[in-house]
Amino acid sequence: MSTNIHTNIDSPAASKSAAGSAGMTLGAYLRVLLVGIFFGIVLVKSEVVRWQRVHDMFLFREAHMYLIITTGIIVAGLAMQWIKRFGIKTIDGKPIVYKPKPFHKGIILGGILFGAGWAITGACPGPIYAQIGAGAWMALATLAGALAGMFVYAYAKPKLPH
Amino acid sequence: MMEFLLAPWPWWFSGILVGLTVPLLFILSGKAFGISTSLQQAGAMCAPGCKASYLRDHDRREHAWTLVFVLGIGLGGYVAAHWLSATPVEFLPESYLNVAGLVKLLVGGFLIGFGARYAGGCTSGHSITGIANLSWPSLVATIAFFAGGLGVTWGLGTWLFS
Repeated sequence: MSTNIHTNIDSPAASKSAAGSAGMTLGAYLRVLLVGIFFGIVLVKSEVVRWQRVHDMFLFREAHMYLIITTGIIVAGLAMQWIKRFGIKTIDGKPIVYKPKPFHKGIILGGILFGAGWAITGACPGPIYAQIGAGAWMALATLAGALAGMFVYAYAKPKLPH
Repeated sequence: MMEFLLAPWPWWFSGILVGLTVPLLFILSGKAFGISTSLQQAGAMCAPGCKASYLRDHDRREHAWTLVFVLGIGLGGYVAAHWLSATPVEFLPESYLNVAGLVKLLVGGFLIGFGARYAGGCTSGHSITGIANLSWPSLVATIAFFAGGLGVTWGLGTWLFS
């Protein structure tokens, strides 16, 4: 098997050989794909991918988005308590570890900019992909902008307050 | 049952499924739910010899799953829009389907990509996974997201969305 990183990423068959370093088997990648499909369906059917829903959230016109986000946090929080209390492991038998994201100034500065983008486009990163998959081709512009923003951040990072 | 699934899903059903995504992804693949890292992964793969250490030193193999995950989200978006919706879903409003709309999506997308990476996460990684794990910086990030979104909607709304 090739040891070339790109080959391993591009070819699902080769990803098994990469399991040692990335800790992921072909099966694990398939399960990631399935959870992605599940989440993509949820994003569309819940309508959080609709610009109007996001706009109405920021205008306090309806509680739909707030209720979904809050319920999601509570359910995920209870699940994490369950995972911790009973020492639930992954189906590959590995421990489940969450690494908290450390605080830095970018959390506030970047967070405000991100929120502004969310309000303008009506999408956060997950919905961008769901919109494109659903055939809302204008969302390709949102993705192009997001990739440009990521590249600019990559180069500006050393100069930005963190 | 089919009628329920083909209509837009109510907030409680959507919220529970959004929340369940976190333990599902942890248990099935050992990964913490988060989407905007996929942007960095895409950047690191497109520019492997990049001068910016943010992309050069990014562990492509460790994060390869993020691209598989967002591919799944796109597929899920397709499935939901084409096979699971009784009526077409309006992702973006009429007012966005023109050149001005395209510019808004590009600029908004830029803010999403720059802001999410600067903040180290977006609505999924910070607001859902982070808060569910009782990580306070993620709560601060979420407050910043809403500060930015509310600021743009209420401050520039009449100019941007008329």
